[in-house]
Amino acid sequence: MALSADQVLAGLAEIVTDETGIATDAVQLDKSFTDDLDIDSISMMTIVVAAEDKFGVKIPDDEVKNLVTVADAVNFITSAQG
Amino acid sequence: MLKTPEPTTFSRILSVGASRGSKAVTNDDIAGPIDSSDEWIRQRTGLITRARAAEGEEAVDFATAASLEAIEKAGISPDQIDAIIVATISNPVPTPSLSTLLSARIGAVGAAAYDISAACAGYTYAVAQADALIRAGLAKYVLAIGAEKLSEWIDPTDRSISFLLGDGAGAALIGPSDTPGISKSILGSDGSAWDKIYMTNTLFEYRDAKNTTSDSDTAEINWPTIRQEGQAVFRWAVWEMAKVAKEALEIAGVKPEELSAFIPHQANMRIIDEFAKQLKLPSNVVIAKDIETTGNTSAASIPLATHRLLEEHPELSGGLALQIGFGAGLVYGAQVVVLP
Repeated sequence: MALSADQVLAGLAEIVTDETGIATDAVQLDKSFTDDLDIDSISMMTIVVAAEDKFGVKIPDDEVKNLVTVADAVNFITSAQG
Repeated sequence: MLKTPEPTTFSRILSVGASRGSKAVTNDDIAGPIDSSDEWIRQRTGLITRARAAEGEEAVDFATAASLEAIEKAGISPDQIDAIIVATISNPVPTPSLSTLLSARIGAVGAAAYDISAACAGYTYAVAQADALIRAGLAKYVLAIGAEKLSEWIDPTDRSISFLLGDGAGAALIGPSDTPGISKSILGSDGSAWDKIYMTNTLFEYRDAKNTTSDSDTAEINWPTIRQEGQAVFRWAVWEMAKVAKEALEIAGVKPEELSAFIPHQANMRIIDEFAKQLKLPSNVVIAKDIETTGNTSAASIPLATHRLLEEHPELSGGLALQIGFGAGLVYGAQVVVLP
């Protein structure tokens, strides 16, 4: 069964914490990965691959640059789950 | 009846030699044009300095020094070498080859000599070919070399790859062995990603732009330099290459805990660290991290890293190392070798 947006956000926050050490509750929908969370392009890719595994979705290379905010990622994953 | 070569059962690396650009270029030296800092570069790439060619140093000079060291260590004479394979993207001319010039420099008179173009995977291709030539009975001693002068192809303002690149050569002298020394190599490519690591334009476009008087069409045509799509390459280099590395181990019949060393292409410390994490290598496996002070030297990086590993950890001699190269093409190659 597809996860809700809240569940995806919670799962994504866990991944961000694992990869970067950023506190889980800092991962909010309106935060920018680069500007607010200071996540660089390589860490972003480890997060993307971990999210693919966790949520069973494909996030193509070309799509990654569109994932500016946490909300962008949550929306993409939620709709990609079908 | 047609006579065919007498095959040999096994080959192994007998010795390695190394030569690096004699100019140590610091992060501070290059940070300005990319609007960066020593701290940023260290944190994001693991590089402290990169070895680059000083005035007058060419790829063939590095290849000569590395080859002579390998020959001396192996205790053979240069005229016993049957073949020289140079993996390079730095030969200044399309022909003649860098390997033929090298053969004359080192006194390997009459040896078969040819260059291969497989970018950062080039050395693993050369080792695979050396192993095949020896086991097929076509050669007894083969030099497999990675030699580069990437500083000719960099743009100081490029933030994608130029600031990582260095110059040098590493050479392996490979010969017959009574015991297995090189596993079956995994070689492959993904040409659909041809544009992920690329040159800004061709040399022909550069020539034509120089010969034209109109500015408008040719404003973007400069000396060709290397670029990469960093994120896409990172994903491929870690997760796709982890599959190749696991396959190479499986085909070799070697478990991760049986390895003494892991020697990946020295592309970027973040790739090396994440790669090792994905392979779940036990802590006793020594991971080559020559990139820290040498930089990414494409085809030369694995033999240079091997050489440094053996200097710093002589006890690794005789142990098993997984080596894997990957780069522009995209191309990749991997094998398990017994360290000399």
